[in-house]
Amino acid sequence: MTLVGQAAPLIDWEWIGRNMDQIVERTWEHLGLTAVSVLLGLVISVGLAIIALRWRWTYAPITWVTGLLYTIPSLALFALLVPIVGLNATNAVIALTSYTLLIIIRNLVAGIDGVPASVTEAADGMGYTPQARFWRMEVPLALPAIIAGLRIATVTTVGLVTVTAVLGLGGYGFFILRGLNTFFWTQILVGVVLSVVLATLLDVGFVWLERVLSPWARGRQ
Amino acid sequence: MIRLENLRKVFSGSTRPAVTDLTMDIARGECVTLIGPSGCGKTTTLKMINRIIEPTSGQITVDGRNAMAIPVHELRRSIGYVIQQIGLFPHRTIAQNIGTVPSLLGWDDTRIADRVEELVETVGLDHEMLGRYPSELSGGQQQRVGVARALAADPPVLLMDEPFGAVDPIVRNRLQAEFHELQDSLGKTVVFVTHDVDEAIFLGNRMAILEMGGILAQYDAPEKILAEPASMFVERFLGGERGLKRLSLLAVIDAGLERGPFVDVTAGPEEARRVMEANAVDWLGLLDGDRLLGWVDGSRVGSSQLRDLEPRSFLVTLDSRDSLRTALDAVVTSHARVAVVVDDGIYRGMLDLEAIAGEVTE
Ligand SMILES: Nc1ncnc2c1ncn2[C@@H]1O[C@H](COP(=O)(O)OP(=O)(O)O)[C@@H](O)[C@H]1O
Ligand SMILES: [Mg+2]
Repeated sequence: MTLVGQAAPLIDWEWIGRNMDQIVERTWEHLGLTAVSVLLGLVISVGLAIIALRWRWTYAPITWVTGLLYTIPSLALFALLVPIVGLNATNAVIALTSYTLLIIIRNLVAGIDGVPASVTEAADGMGYTPQARFWRMEVPLALPAIIAGLRIATVTTVGLVTVTAVLGLGGYGFFILRGLNTFFWTQILVGVVLSVVLATLLDVGFVWLERVLSPWARGRQ
Repeated sequence: MIRLENLRKVFSGSTRPAVTDLTMDIARGECVTLIGPSGCGKTTTLKMINRIIEPTSGQITVDGRNAMAIPVHELRRSIGYVIQQIGLFPHRTIAQNIGTVPSLLGWDDTRIADRVEELVETVGLDHEMLGRYPSELSGGQQQRVGVARALAADPPVLLMDEPFGAVDPIVRNRLQAEFHELQDSLGKTVVFVTHDVDEAIFLGNRMAILEMGGILAQYDAPEKILAEPASMFVERFLGGERGLKRLSLLAVIDAGLERGPFVDVTAGPEEARRVMEANAVDWLGLLDGDRLLGWVDGSRVGSSQLRDLEPRSFLVTLDSRDSLRTALDAVVTSHARVAVVVDDGIYRGMLDLEAIAGEVTE
């Protein structure tokens, strides 16, 4: 039995073939926005986490502020930033970065806090200086938690990048937005599917990274 | 070697000192056990020696040097440290764990590797464990690694805080026996914290008994303290059965082991019966040369070649370095009539309840 009267096929392979250049270009945009935002988020989070670990009382206000940022709807945040930085990549990166902070900071602090007291005491007793102890004991032991935070932040960011289409960017979100405007299913599907594939690949990448960097944690958790 | 002088610690927020004007001399090569009720300040005292806790007042001299005047990291690298929670570094292999202090001291890699190999032998670990991570080892093995790590840079002083507290009693007895022997050969100056009276008696050349608030109640050789407790507190702390506690001072090998009704598997039935008769028992222990095979019921002797009888295992197998206290506990709790003493499979002799009882009353 054949369906009669179907105007256009769900997937127009020919369109995909014709627009390969654009798909590749948007892939780079998507990856670029994600990478820059997560890396920037990591750098800021490390700074804030060091402050929070050094002066414990700062942890509550830090999580409060980053938590507040996290609750602002992304569209609203882009709009809020327009009068300040304009309609551009800076706007997108500022917004995307601010969404990563809460997750990364929490995992950084929880990871360092999760280092057993017996380990830090033994390290002190062996004659580690506080700095050496931090970098050679606490940070490596917190690595699984830190990577877990980066993993969630990255996957979330991949999804959020699509929303930056309203700023004229969007990576794969560009296809979704244009597809929605023109009721062109192929474009919507290409945008959605590639975005999910990218998120999955990065997710798997982090699992692999954790294995490589923390071979000792295998089989635990 | 270590001198504590009027050592006092008052924790901030507390009015009563955790350690009160403690003065102690610990001689070179001596193992001093610090013991007392929970919270009496044992750990605090120990941690002041390597300055994990800074004293409120008083003097600490280690190897003739004022411990307060040495940079703290330097001091700690010259003192071996073992804690109850073991505290192995989970992200480092066993070899790396053991090599911790040498690598902090900047030894080159081959020297560290050689030293690690040597220590693996010393504490009785398998070489194949060196590449593993701590979580892959049993509690007893981890504790051995903890001791090896503390010994790595050959420090003259060893501080141990309930090092065998986290392992089960059987493994603990084995570790105690091995440490006793190790200490005999290495001659480190050891301060050993424990809350187990038998352990303190067994391992200590001298015992320091602390009262709450880190007040030194008595400091003397275990025999002396058992014979003449200095105060009611000490007497009550040691508990009754001071005669029994003396057993911790003696190793199984000191008890005068008997050979017992043991024959080689090549023996004929007449010899087997003669041996059982001479020992007045209805069972027979079987040896293959020096090696212990097990025991068989007397009624089965003669039914076939000894070699073909399937021997059963003894309920209680001791190491000649175990304390008599361990031996007594093992024999009584397992309702065994005898315990066999075996070192690495080699039969040394046997021991029964009467032989142990003889040592109590002596
Ligand atoms: N860091 C600390 N801060 C405040 N009080 C402490 C601290 N460490 C130990 N104490 C107190 O000091 C006393 C002695 O403790 P500790 O030396 O650990 O006893 P022990 O090892 O003999 O069981 C206890 O009353 C304990 O509560
Ligand atoms: Mg303690």
